[in-house]
Amino acid sequence: MIEAIGQYEFLQNAFLTGMIIGVIAPLLGAFIVVRRLSLIADALSHVTLAGIAAGLYFGQTFTFLAWLNPMYSGMVFSVIGSLFIERLRTVYKHYQELAIPIILSGGIGIGVIFISLADGFNTDLFSYLFGSVSAVSREDLWLICIVSVVVMATVYLLYKELFLLSFDEEHAKASGIPAKSIHFIFIILVALVIAASMRIVGVLLVSALMTLPVAASMRMAKGFKQTIAYSVLFGEIAVITGLISAFYLDLAPGGTIVVASILILLLVIAAKKFVKAG
Amino acid sequence: MNPSSVIEIKNVSYRYDRDNVLENIQLSVPKGAFLGLVGPNGSGKSTLLKLILGLLKVKEGEILLFGTPQKNFKNWDRIGFVSQKANSFNTGFPATVYEVVASGLTKKLGLFRLPGSKEKQAIKAAVAAVGMEQFLTRNIGELSGGQQQRVFIARAIVSKPDILILDEPTVGVDSKNVESFYEMLSYLNKKMGITLLLVTHDIGIISDKVTHVACLNKYLHFHGSMKQFETLNEDDLSALYGHGIHLLDHHHDHQEADI
Repeated sequence: MIEAIGQYEFLQNAFLTGMIIGVIAPLLGAFIVVRRLSLIADALSHVTLAGIAAGLYFGQTFTFLAWLNPMYSGMVFSVIGSLFIERLRTVYKHYQELAIPIILSGGIGIGVIFISLADGFNTDLFSYLFGSVSAVSREDLWLICIVSVVVMATVYLLYKELFLLSFDEEHAKASGIPAKSIHFIFIILVALVIAASMRIVGVLLVSALMTLPVAASMRMAKGFKQTIAYSVLFGEIAVITGLISAFYLDLAPGGTIVVASILILLLVIAAKKFVKAG
Repeated sequence: MNPSSVIEIKNVSYRYDRDNVLENIQLSVPKGAFLGLVGPNGSGKSTLLKLILGLLKVKEGEILLFGTPQKNFKNWDRIGFVSQKANSFNTGFPATVYEVVASGLTKKLGLFRLPGSKEKQAIKAAVAAVGMEQFLTRNIGELSGGQQQRVFIARAIVSKPDILILDEPTVGVDSKNVESFYEMLSYLNKKMGITLLLVTHDIGIISDKVTHVACLNKYLHFHGSMKQFETLNEDDLSALYGHGIHLLDHHHDHQEADI
């Protein structure tokens, strides 16, 4: 395996990208899960799908747009989608979760239109849906590097504000921190990470990488920092084992990564039971 | 303006739509006092708190905080607040006592600054002041209601406020622990010099701890020291409340029923 990674650039791209995603997706996921926003990740991933389908369609239809990396259009859609969710959440104050099905179905609807326009499924789109070991380009890798630096720097600098907002939103607002702006920045980060993770885990399974490692971590962590640390650890294990098995068994990595995450989760739950009983 | 008043409320009235909730309230919280603000449910206590904290806008009258008109007031870290809702937070949240108390420094530290050794000392001192030092690394969800409330008080005092405002803090506290809970509040007031404004519907329980009392039921019916309050007898007290409810009807005779 290691030999193969040294030999093939596409494997380097996939593994480096995977390892970066394995850090930033569970990192933001920890905040998403404790704020009970898990479904927002799902809604945004479907909006990203619409953006990617749009990018593929425009790139194929208009030759002057052939340079367009669908990940860019995915990111743009995802960020716009996150703004819509926030807007809808204030429109439907008492039914905040209603924003999620609206955005989610809207994303799929627009995505399907572009997919039909682009003449149906092709392998490229398949790799965006379920991830791919071979489709990650150097350009993708660089873009994901930039996104991860932005995400990690922001979370580091705004950690205490994000923590307070997650733990006690009302208190955060009352204490006079710019809660709205912080939340806004956070939701944009989520949108970016979802678009960036797409290449490896695929649009349909992105939210799993943000929530499953956190679900496992919360069973055993003491405190929030530990929750983040274990989440990242579990995320990394899932991505690496998932990518290796995807490579050898010729499977879509989205599936193997998610199955690996679920196995970790089950192991943690079982281990916790065992410790309690013993 | 009395310079020793931490909070000074002048002629404040407030209404939601057509319902008058507060009518011409005059109230001052002297520095170093432990003031119990009592009133039955629906008496406007929570509204008055929201007005003080700036969560609702003062439209009639004026509120001075440390002598500054509230709309110009910036030093919010001088005011600590423990809400009743602290009991209904997400108990599954994976945060240690230390992390929860540290979050009380968020505003004071300002953006992009991380707590240093001075702040770490302050966090430990605040946890010790509420008697929770042996629980520093425990997850907040594993604690009892009373212990959680103590942690929230520690979070409120970690930024060293001059006044601590508590809204029905004993709602989730076991009845057998209520006494020691109020003793801890007394300690904060007497030994640490924190002015306390305690909002509750139950005067009986706090009467031997507070220094001042204010009775609210849309109007402010009594405002004075505990000594003055003790000179009132039961009849006076019920008269205060009864009278208040009576007045309420008078002012709303165009409505069928109030509340």
